[in-house]
Amino acid sequence: MTKGNTDSITIHVDGRSVQADPQRNLLESCLSLGFDLPYFCWHPAMGSVGACRQCAVKQFKDESDQAGRIVMACMTPSAEGTRISIEDSEAREFRASVIEWLMLNHPHDCPVCDEGGECHLQDMTVMTGHVSRRYRESKRTYRNQDLGPFVTHEMNRCIQCYRCVRFYRDIAGGEDLNVFGSRDRLYFGRMTDGTLESEFSGNLVEVCPTGVFTDKTLSRHYARKWDMQSTPSICSHCSVGCNVHLSERAGIMRRVTNRYHSRINGYFLCDRGRFGYEYVNHPQRLRRPAVRASRENSVSLIPLMPAEALAQLGVRLAQKKRIVGVGSPRASLESNYALRTLVGGEHFFSGMSEVEHHHASLILRVLKGGPAPSWSVQEVEQADAALILGEDLGHTAPRLALALRQSVRNQPMEQLERLNIPRWQDSAVRTALHGQKGPLYIGTVAGTSLDDVATRTFRGAPNDIARLGCAVAHKIYPDSPKSSELSLSEADLIREIAEALASAKRPVVVAGTGTGEAWVIKAAANVAWALRRRGVAAGIAFALQECNTLGVALLDGRSLDRTATTGADRNRDAMIILENDLRRRLEKPTLDRWLEQFDPVIVIDHVDEAVPDHADFVFPAAPIACSDGTLVNNEGCAQRFFSAMPKEPDVEESWRWIRDIARHASRDSFQSMSNWNRLEDIHDAIAGEFPLLRRIGETAPPAPFRIWDQKIPRAPHRFSGRTALPMLETIHEPQPPDDPESPLAFSMEGTPRQPPSPLIPFFWASRWNSNEAVNKFQDEIGGPLRNENPGVRLFDAQSRRVIPFFENAPPRCDRRNNQLLLVPIPRLFGAEELSARSSAIRERIPQAAVVLNPRDADRLGVRKGHAIDITAPGLVRRLPVETDETMAGGVAGLLVVGDGAYVTLPAWVTLRRAPST
Amino acid sequence: MNDDRPLTGQIRRHGPPPTLSEYEDCGGYAPVRTMLSHMTPEDVQQEVMNSNLRGRGGAGFPTGQKWSFVPMGADAPRPKYLVVNADEMEPGSFKDRLLLEGHPHRLIEGIIIAAYAIQAECAYVFVRWAYHPSVIALGRAIREARETGLLGHNLLGSGFSLTVHVHTSAGRYICGEETALLNALEGHPVIPRSKPPYPQVCGLWGKPTIVQNVETVCNLPHILAHGAKWFRNLGKGKDAGTKLYAVSGRVKQPGVWELPIGTSMREILEHHAGGMQEGYAFRAMQPGGGSTGFLTEDHLDLAMDFDSLSSVGSRLGTGTAIVLDDRTCPVGFVRNLEHFFAQESCGWCTPCRDGLPWVERLLADIDNGNGRPQDVEILERHVTLLGPGRTYCAHAPGAMEPLKSALRYFRSDFDRHIHDQRCPWKSQGTEA
Amino acid sequence: MSRDEKIRSMLTEEEKGMIDEELSHYPTTRAGGIEALKIVQRRRGWISDDLLLAVAHHVGMAPAELDRSATFYNLIFRRPIGRHVVLVCDSVSCWLMGADRLRDRLRHRLGVGAGETTADGRFTVLPNVCLGACDRAPAVMIDETLHGPLTEDELDRLLDSQMP
Ligand SMILES: Cc1cc2nc3c(=O)[nH]c(=O)nc-3n(C[C@H](O)[C@H](O)[C@H](O)COP(=O)(O)O)c2cc1C
Ligand code: SF4
Ligand code: FES
Repeated sequence: MTKGNTDSITIHVDGRSVQADPQRNLLESCLSLGFDLPYFCWHPAMGSVGACRQCAVKQFKDESDQAGRIVMACMTPSAEGTRISIEDSEAREFRASVIEWLMLNHPHDCPVCDEGGECHLQDMTVMTGHVSRRYRESKRTYRNQDLGPFVTHEMNRCIQCYRCVRFYRDIAGGEDLNVFGSRDRLYFGRMTDGTLESEFSGNLVEVCPTGVFTDKTLSRHYARKWDMQSTPSICSHCSVGCNVHLSERAGIMRRVTNRYHSRINGYFLCDRGRFGYEYVNHPQRLRRPAVRASRENSVSLIPLMPAEALAQLGVRLAQKKRIVGVGSPRASLESNYALRTLVGGEHFFSGMSEVEHHHASLILRVLKGGPAPSWSVQEVEQADAALILGEDLGHTAPRLALALRQSVRNQPMEQLERLNIPRWQDSAVRTALHGQKGPLYIGTVAGTSLDDVATRTFRGAPNDIARLGCAVAHKIYPDSPKSSELSLSEADLIREIAEALASAKRPVVVAGTGTGEAWVIKAAANVAWALRRRGVAAGIAFALQECNTLGVALLDGRSLDRTATTGADRNRDAMIILENDLRRRLEKPTLDRWLEQFDPVIVIDHVDEAVPDHADFVFPAAPIACSDGTLVNNEGCAQRFFSAMPKEPDVEESWRWIRDIARHASRDSFQSMSNWNRLEDIHDAIAGEFPLLRRIGETAPPAPFRIWDQKIPRAPHRFSGRTALPMLETIHEPQPPDDPESPLAFSMEGTPRQPPSPLIPFFWASRWNSNEAVNKFQDEIGGPLRNENPGVRLFDAQSRRVIPFFENAPPRCDRRNNQLLLVPIPRLFGAEELSARSSAIRERIPQAAVVLNPRDADRLGVRKGHAIDITAPGLVRRLPVETDETMAGGVAGLLVVGDGAYVTLPAWVTLRRAPST
Repeated sequence: MNDDRPLTGQIRRHGPPPTLSEYEDCGGYAPVRTMLSHMTPEDVQQEVMNSNLRGRGGAGFPTGQKWSFVPMGADAPRPKYLVVNADEMEPGSFKDRLLLEGHPHRLIEGIIIAAYAIQAECAYVFVRWAYHPSVIALGRAIREARETGLLGHNLLGSGFSLTVHVHTSAGRYICGEETALLNALEGHPVIPRSKPPYPQVCGLWGKPTIVQNVETVCNLPHILAHGAKWFRNLGKGKDAGTKLYAVSGRVKQPGVWELPIGTSMREILEHHAGGMQEGYAFRAMQPGGGSTGFLTEDHLDLAMDFDSLSSVGSRLGTGTAIVLDDRTCPVGFVRNLEHFFAQESCGWCTPCRDGLPWVERLLADIDNGNGRPQDVEILERHVTLLGPGRTYCAHAPGAMEPLKSALRYFRSDFDRHIHDQRCPWKSQGTEA
Repeated sequence: MSRDEKIRSMLTEEEKGMIDEELSHYPTTRAGGIEALKIVQRRRGWISDDLLLAVAHHVGMAPAELDRSATFYNLIFRRPIGRHVVLVCDSVSCWLMGADRLRDRLRHRLGVGAGETTADGRFTVLPNVCLGACDRAPAVMIDETLHGPLTEDELDRLLDSQMP
């Protein structure tokens, strides 16, 4: 819901004259003004439908009207001179009655309900003052469903606000959750038991105002909201950089919730982000340094005290001439920069494969230098036309996909003004628009979860998609290079897309690194630039692979492969691998050969699987969830994350290990690191070296920041049971663990005031214990957080800049005899390594497979389930076959679910049915 | 044409409905022929406006006025739709069935007129599931009309085209609410829509649509045939035309009759329904179906028209009266009604979905001798709490009309149930 | 045969033809969803999960969405029913005229209450809202035929009549 810039108006609430926004309804106005008005069915991101009748107020025609009439605030516009009363006794009585009705069948099982203590229904019940039960009849009961590993179902608690289906169906486009039955026998669930299919199912937990849908992962290590310490963080599972709250208790990460950010995630997260956190609790997580005495005879790594390990390493490194550093797109900017400082620019690798590195640099170039601005998720959501090239966003940048799904309503919504329907009036909007959709064109290798809202889709090999994109760009602006040989139907499609984009007010072009084909990125740039040259206010958005891909790309490192494959003479240099599972970046034989040359191999990580056989030293890194640092998201926005857990003994943030290694190895580079005690110290250094990153320190207040001399508590204030916080270990009241890194405290003590937005540890306000309390942190409902610091946008579009288009569009992707083009098919669950270690996510990871169009499968004489052999230079694999009608012909898809076999794709491969065993 | 009973004069009480040629022999479809060749849509709208025809589906909205909101002219969105509401599920109502079964051609003629007036090219007749004979009769009549060129492409060479489809429902009273009906027709979840947008502008599939009750539509042919003035004069009071009135309950001859609108209840009851059965005395009645407030002996001489009945806190509704006799428990009566309304709630808004079942169960408690003194107060509160404007549609307010008037007229019966802890109408020891 | 294939082959050609004819009356296929269910129900008595999936597939609707409608309407049967459905009007006019007595008689004779099916699978008794036959109260609808006014004995005779 966007704010209009119309002038404000005066409304009268209980005799007070206040300023309001005429683009909003009375409920929004009242909440924005700080009045407590209860509601259920309305949701800031979903608008009004007037079902629950909880937000009733009394409206008066004019000053002389004493009687007034009850209206639903959420269904009534704020108009100049509107007079309402919230306190009116009839209105209050009605609101209390609504709660009474909702409670008739409610089980009152708060003590055993996971929602208890942060329940919107509890809050609203208290708010309306309904306290005693008059209904003496029996209650209705339901059977619950098993909805899979993420969400628990307890239908008896349902208050029929319809938010779940409205989110799941109308917002997220899910088809398998609905409401069945009628009257007071409504059932919200699936037709039959089974895993919720939508990749946004976890939002049900937050959208549901009571305990019908709760977080199943939380319930396995449950704690109440007030017993957990929460910390603002950034999701580390894709490049979008959604803001999250991480909640911890007693050293166990308990859950992830949405941290509202007006420009990125808004109110919703994807399931990978919400349920991927359990890698932090992984039993095999590296927590102690370890050293291998020798490489002979497979001697194993022996755990050691940190000081001892560092000392031994110092000895080993002292004679070494050089250290090679392998950075990481899943490590913080600071840790990567520390490594770069230690090893020097020319020995610093970005830690990405050739392809990844090339693509990230390309995207950086497009965003930095091009005339099309890089759009945030919410800007994409406001687009009125979109072209997606190559990327299956539901799997690579789900939150962006969710935004695009909403964007198709923007163009049809322009009629609403004529019909006099406000945008917040969701039921009327949906009636008026009647499923009309604005232009969205999707070109991908196979079907995507957005196809149902697409105007048209087209399928092809990545090159063909790029070729089509280039042709669209040429059509929009003839200076953009032409694509060769277009068929008639293609020409038609191209004209249609070009017209739709060029006639839009705010079109967006979206692409990414998912296909492994650089031309897809270039084609997207050409289209966006062509639009800008035509004077259209187009934006561009890219999906990259990991949470800091763009950040590490900014540090001018080098890609891995080139040196790795040529096996350059390293003269047995040392190597530091920073938070990087190189098996995902290089083919195993190449990797082994390469690592062979280094001595010692030093690994700083928290993922045990990432430690190669060749590792000589292992230092346990604090994962993002347990450390402080900065990430740069796909938009080019730098954001801060904070540690959600007190420091664990022996575990350090990577940059500290690096600094200490430098010290122990007496490296020259230590000089510039010697004063690095806090993140701010590194920020100064980064800002000095990289002009683009000069504002890197502004993403959040520095560590010494205080509000009235107080730190910001990570735990909600509690008026009793103060000692209960570390109760699991001790009932005494130990000194809370120190957190010198940030203005946050591991304590319930500290300022009660609202901190600056990057430091908000949880949403809670007086009388608002549930996450709906976020309303109290916004000046205007659905707008930015109060004094929002949205992070630092690193690139500003050079809107008047004229830069050359990418030339030499690729030719048509010709079929080869007996060969198929093998392309990577990233999967939401499995493609990202950290979330893949979470037990709930693991249940959702598909089996590795090759996906074929049924016709290609026929030609190859294979069917679903058969095993097939893939061979190409440097690649031999046997995998089961999946068939998919939507898969482009002549292309085979390799599901990206964990191993590194896709790093060199796309590639021409020979497929042969495996001899049956 | 039977002048004082234009709606039903040609209906044979025990026999098949008039065929197309039989109907044409009595002047049927002549108005349509004249209309197509001599009248513009605006002329038709004007005539209906002048006739002062008010909707017979319950709300009494002036039909001509409803049509005037439909966008006309070359730029109007297309297609436009006409929907005939033949859902008739209100307890006590059975008047539309007579028209559907007895004279489908008149309905079709009415449809052509209404569709022409708003330039709709497609019409749906939304018939409740239980009316199988109606569906068969309608289907036959539509076929005949199509074969004669009265329906289909380019009607009688006029350039106007119209298709008519019969849609049968699968139960549920709420489908009769006009916006819920549109959702039902579209196959969408059956929940009323919020207005605006009004169906006249944005209805079926987002296109201009009018929804009209069967009886309303059946009035159109003779309005065109005889003119607005003639039609206005058919009524006895302020309202125009004739009305189908019905009576059910313990009367000698339950049935439905076409009478001048504004006829008194006493005349209908005594004259047409033959008075009360032997051994039963009149106690009260709902004048227009289950969702209208009770009236008593004192009101029998009121004119059964829209304004007279609202002036005493009731409604004409569908004009189909249900009579409560002295040997029937009024608490049981209301309990039965509220059971209906609770069960037929669509489940969208809280007061209706959860308030009505509570009302029903309280009434059951009282009826069964388990009532408590505070129950009546809770019931009274519900009358206000579920009143107009507080629920999403008119279903729950409709349910409160009989309860409200029952608490007023039968208060002592409620109190007696609670005081005696039993229903005075049930012999001791038995329970319903 | 996979479940998918099985479901796709569940509808007969005749059923598909009738459904397609209905669908042709509407600009969108989902509008015909309920009609399609009724066509299938008329032949098969009730709509099993598999039949629902088959119809949803044929009309191109998400199964849960079609089931939302199916479970909303009271005359789409999602559970097995008897060969004959006896709808007993339970609304006010029939109640006034003694519908309770008919219901008691049914319970007594058939041994089943509201919503139940006789052991021999012959009858399912369902209460129903006003059948629009208040002048013929108390009324009962058996399958698609309306009967009323009925005394208990007349009801008995009806149940005894030649219905299989
Ligand atoms: C709950 C409810 C049920 C209704 N059922 C019917 C019905 O069965 N038939 C009908 O004609 N109108 C019914 N109506 C009234 C319609 O909403 C609508 O006003 C009517 O069809 C308009 O036609 P008219 O102007 O010709 O009367 C119902 C209204 C409500 C609120
Ligand atoms: S009043 Fe509310 S719940 Fe009742 S039928 Fe209308 S919308 Fe549905
Ligand atoms: S919040 Fe206004 S009706 Fe539900």
